[in-house]
Amino acid sequence: MSVAAAIRTEGLTKRFGQVVAVEGLDLEVREGELFGFLGPNGSGKTTTVRMLLGLVFATSGRIELLGQPMPAGARAVLPEVGSLIEGPAFYPHLSGRANLTLFDEAGPPGPGGGRTTRRRRVSDALEQVGLATVGRRQVRAYSTGMRQRLGLAAALLRAPRLLVLDEPTNGLDPQGMREVRDLLAKLVAGGTTVFLSSHLLAEVELICTRAAIVHQGRLVAQDRVEALLVPTGRVEVATPDLDRATELAARLPGIDLGEPRAGRLVVQLDGTSPEALNQHLVEGGVRVRELVMVRPSLEDVFLALTRGGASDAAG
Amino acid sequence: MLLVELRKLVRRPRTWVSIALLAGLPTLVAVFLKVTGIGPRPGEGPAFLAEVLNNGALFPAAALALVLPLFLPVAVSVSAGDTVAGEASMGTLRYLLTRPVGRTRLLVVKLLVTIVFVFLAVLIVAAVAFVVGATMFGVKPLPSVSGQTIAGPEASWRTTVTVLYVAWSMLGVASIALFASTLTDSPLAAALSALAALVTSQVLDLLDAAAAVKPYLPTHYWLSFIDLFRTPILWHNVSRGFAIQGVYIVVFLGAAWANFATKDIKS
Repeated sequence: MSVAAAIRTEGLTKRFGQVVAVEGLDLEVREGELFGFLGPNGSGKTTTVRMLLGLVFATSGRIELLGQPMPAGARAVLPEVGSLIEGPAFYPHLSGRANLTLFDEAGPPGPGGGRTTRRRRVSDALEQVGLATVGRRQVRAYSTGMRQRLGLAAALLRAPRLLVLDEPTNGLDPQGMREVRDLLAKLVAGGTTVFLSSHLLAEVELICTRAAIVHQGRLVAQDRVEALLVPTGRVEVATPDLDRATELAARLPGIDLGEPRAGRLVVQLDGTSPEALNQHLVEGGVRVRELVMVRPSLEDVFLALTRGGASDAAG
Repeated sequence: MLLVELRKLVRRPRTWVSIALLAGLPTLVAVFLKVTGIGPRPGEGPAFLAEVLNNGALFPAAALALVLPLFLPVAVSVSAGDTVAGEASMGTLRYLLTRPVGRTRLLVVKLLVTIVFVFLAVLIVAAVAFVVGATMFGVKPLPSVSGQTIAGPEASWRTTVTVLYVAWSMLGVASIALFASTLTDSPLAAALSALAALVTSQVLDLLDAAAAVKPYLPTHYWLSFIDLFRTPILWHNVSRGFAIQGVYIVVFLGAAWANFATKDIKS
C-alpha cells in the first residue's frame, strides 16, 4: 500500500438492541482524497460517523483514524480532526466569535491549536466561511445557512488533517453550496483529507474522487466515483409532437418506451444510441426541443449495483 | 477546560437570575419582619427567625434555613441537571467530546462548576442576609439556641461550618441531578427526577410509618446545622449528616461516571 489511509475500518458493526445499524463495514479513505460516503437517510451513515469520532462505541470491528486506533487514540488523533456531525450546535446566547473561541479552548490543543494564535485562528475560520462581518452577532440571530457556515468554521479551526463532514451543505442556498464545494476543493488541494457523508449523489459526484455507498448499514460499493456512476440509459425528449414521437420511437429497435412524464417522451435505450434516436425522430418530422440523458439518481445506482452483482462488495 | 466551563457559567444569565432570586427571598422576609415587627414566636416558624428581630447577626443562618428546604435544592437541581443534558439537548455535547474533551474529565469539570455555583449561591445568600440583617436589625453577639452568648470569632467559625455543611448537603443533591443528567438528553427531565427524589425523601421523612428508613434519607439531616448554634455544639446529627451525604455523593457520582463513560452519544 503506497498511500497511507486516513480512515480505515474493518468489520465495523453496531447494534442497538436488536436493530443492526451498521454491519461489517470495511472502509478505506486514503490520505489527501475527497471521499464521499453515500447512502439514503437511515442507512447508518451518521452512526458510522459517530463511531469514527468515538461518540458511539462499536459492537465489533476496528477503526483507525490517521493511523491511530479509535476510540483508544482519541486524545492523540481528534485534535487533528475537524467535524460536522448532524448539523452545527452552538450556545445561542453567545456570539459566533465567542462560540468559536470557547470551542477552540476546549480539549487538548494539538499541533494546530496554540493559545497565542487563537484570536487569529478564529478570525481566519470566520473569514473562510464568509462570516467575518457577522461574527460578533449572537448565534440566536443567525439563519440556518449562517449556522451551517459557523459549524464549518468550527470544523476548520485548527487546520485539521482530516475533515469528517456529515451533510455539510444542509440548509445552504445554491450559492452557499457552491462556496462550500470550492472551499473543500481548496482544502483538499492543500493536503487535507475530506470524508463527506451525504445523501445527495450530485454533491458527491461533483467534488469527490472516490465514494462508498451504504444501504441498510451495509457497504454496497466502494470505488472511484466514475466507476460507480453507471449511466441509466434513460433519455427524455421534450417535443410539441409527443404523439408522433411516441409512435416513431415505439417502432425503433433497441428501445423500451416508458410512461411520458410532464409532457416528455421517456425511453430506456437498450442498444440504440441517443443520437440514433434523435436522428430517427427528426427524420420522421418530430420537432425535438430538447433531448436529455437522465443522470443516475442514488436509487438508480443502488439498483444498478445490486442487480449487476456488485453487491458482492458488501460481503 | 475548567476555565472554559466557568466562563460559560458566569456568562449565563440564568446563573445570576437564580442567585438573585435565592437572595431575594430572605430579603423579602426581612422587610416583612422589619415593617411589621411581628416575628414567629420563639420555638415556632423557621429556625432562628424569632431571634432575628433582636439580633441581625443571626440572619444569615436564618436565611439559609429559609432557602434550604425548597429554594436552594431547586436551583441546584436545575443547575446540575443541566450540566450534561443541557449540552446534549443543544447538540454541543458531541462537539465537546470530539474536541476531544475526555468524558471523565468533562464530568469532573461539570461537577466542579456545579460546586462553584453552589458555594457562590450559598455565600451570596449568606452575605446578602448579613448585610440585610445588620442594617435592619443591628448586630449583637450571637445568643446560642441554648441561651448563652457566642462570641465573635466563635460565631464566624460556626457560620463557616454552617456554610460548608449546607454546601455539602447541596452537593448531595447535585450528585443525584448529575447522575440524572447523564441518563437523559432533556435538562428539564434531569432536574425533575432529582427534585422528585428529594420530594419523596421529604415526604417519607414526615411519615411515622417510614421511621426505619428516615436516618438514611438524603434530606433527613439537612437542617441539623442548627445544632451548630447550641452550646455545647451537638455534633451527633451534624456528623451523621456529613456521612450520609458523603455516601449519596459517592454512589451517585460513581453511577454518573459509569453511565456516561460507556454511553453512546446520539444527541
